[in-house]
Amino acid sequence: MKAMTARQSILKPDGRLLNGAKSSMTDAALMEAVRWMLMSRIYDERATALQRQGLYGVFSPAAGQEASVVGSAMALDPARDWIVPQYRELIALVRHGYPLERLAAMGMGRITHATRIPEGVNVLPTQVALAAQLPHAVGLAWGLKLQKKDSVVMAYVGDGGSSEGDFHEALNLAGVRQAPVVFVLQNNQWAISTPRRMQSATSSFALRAAGYVTYRMSFHNTTDNPSLYEDPKQRDEASRRDPIDRVIKHLTRRGLWNDERDEQTRMSIRAEIDAALDKAASFPAVTPGQLFDDIYAELPERLRRQREELLGEGSKE
Amino acid sequence: MTQRNVLEAINNALDEEMSRDPNVMVLGLDVGKLGGVFRATSGLLEKHGAQRVVDTPLAEASIIGASLGLAISGMVPVAEIQFLGFTAQAFHQIGPQLARYRTRSRGRFHCQVTIRAPFGGGISSPEFHSDAVEAQFVQSPGIKVVMPSNPYDAKGLLIEAIRDPDPVLYCEPDRIYRLARMEVPDGAYTIPFGKAAVIREGADVTLVAWSAAVELCLLAAGRLADDGISVTVVDLRTLVPFDVETVVSAVARTGRCVVVHEAPLSGGFGAEIAATLASEAFYDLDAPIARVAAYDVPYPAAPLEAWYLPSVERVVAAARKTARQ
Repeated sequence: MKAMTARQSILKPDGRLLNGAKSSMTDAALMEAVRWMLMSRIYDERATALQRQGLYGVFSPAAGQEASVVGSAMALDPARDWIVPQYRELIALVRHGYPLERLAAMGMGRITHATRIPEGVNVLPTQVALAAQLPHAVGLAWGLKLQKKDSVVMAYVGDGGSSEGDFHEALNLAGVRQAPVVFVLQNNQWAISTPRRMQSATSSFALRAAGYVTYRMSFHNTTDNPSLYEDPKQRDEASRRDPIDRVIKHLTRRGLWNDERDEQTRMSIRAEIDAALDKAASFPAVTPGQLFDDIYAELPERLRRQREELLGEGSKE
Repeated sequence: MTQRNVLEAINNALDEEMSRDPNVMVLGLDVGKLGGVFRATSGLLEKHGAQRVVDTPLAEASIIGASLGLAISGMVPVAEIQFLGFTAQAFHQIGPQLARYRTRSRGRFHCQVTIRAPFGGGISSPEFHSDAVEAQFVQSPGIKVVMPSNPYDAKGLLIEAIRDPDPVLYCEPDRIYRLARMEVPDGAYTIPFGKAAVIREGADVTLVAWSAAVELCLLAAGRLADDGISVTVVDLRTLVPFDVETVVSAVARTGRCVVVHEAPLSGGFGAEIAATLASEAFYDLDAPIARVAAYDVPYPAAPLEAWYLPSVERVVAAARKTARQ
């Protein structure tokens, strides 16, 4: 298993390439990337605002981490590769083919068959038990390899999740089975309020897995208040290194971006998100009987009776 | 006419399913060259190859977690956890992950995974090797819990488990692995889940058990017959799904019931059976439902296990007391 150990930063805060640095991305890929990054940031703002109005569930923004999420996801071919997410990679799932309106509808509590991952979209469900998704990713990659499929699995985890036993068990098994899986460890410096220095004595998470140095520029999720533990200077420094600003400044210097283009891009993204949110709001609402859906292929007798009891059907008395 | 013991029946079921479906694979600690610590997977590596019979690193959570991913890729993994007590090292991958994946994905994905795990006391094994923790998994909806008690059922229930689209925990009674042989035919057959077996019929008391405790009940039934107490023995076979109908109708005929299990008394599946009978068979009961179980103490060191486990004597005593009430 290979791990990148050097810090792979090439853009200065002013958008200039570091001395001697070269971008391996084509201009077209860069333009695509910046649009996905902006979409992620704008969706963060919209979802957070909706959550504050009581219209959206708990939400975990990706602000500050867009470059690592988008950059890694763009290495994949949605037709054959798989994404095994944690829960802060929404835009990677959208790029991979999970329609934004379905994700938005789930955020709005409309969690039914209409919001599930469509057939043919190679994405696993988001994972709340941190690092539990990593052994799944290894098994998936191992199985695809056994069936001689030309696929790669990309699995996401954070600096906090890398302390879990599942992280170490998964990396160990992936190495033993030579499974075609890429672990993306997003070290955003925080596990809710626990700083990176209290998470691990390792000098670099990159020694554990291919790492991306990044910074969570927002709260952990909409229930969190970072002012209780975060030094404002850290946020200011992170903002100075905002990945989206840096890429846009870089593109501007190269004549590929200007105010008009910026405005047009943001307008088209807002229109796309508005359309997705509109559709999401009209997704079917949950129904109580659905509690008993998708537990087993066939509902056992005992559960069938419990379902009848809930719905007041077929009383035995 | 092929005679097999429980272990041979399990080995035969694995071999036949691997021969039928090239995606069926076996993984776990020492399942390959050694053939498992009890030899349940003996000969499979030689016959089906190292890609499908895999010795894994010593990490139970990754055995189960990887099995989930393997299943999503299209493989049909049969994972061995060397002893059921060691599912503690993997519990977070069983209840919260494997069992819930169909639900979490709203039916997009399901996990055709069988977990085989030997368990049970009476063989003087070290700590954690004997613990009967099956009821812990009954509280994890989405997984089925299967408890065979004899060679014929062991094969039919294991093939059913491997072919079931949902995850199955298949608990193997290691104390009776080699106890006796019975006819276990060559070729595939299945025993449906949720169908308890009435293996002895009598008029006075119904004994309900699963796994190795069924053998205990049969021995007790013989002794009770000498006293003139005639006993029905119900082998539950699966805890999830739970065959309420067979248990209720058996108890309705005898009016008396003793539930026997190797797990500790409190919160054991016997409590679920007693509560179900109290609500579904209340007017047919002539005596309080009795339970014979292990005590509510940690599984003891080997020299003490004879006092900890339910014994034929305790089952006989409970049945006599119930019959007199």
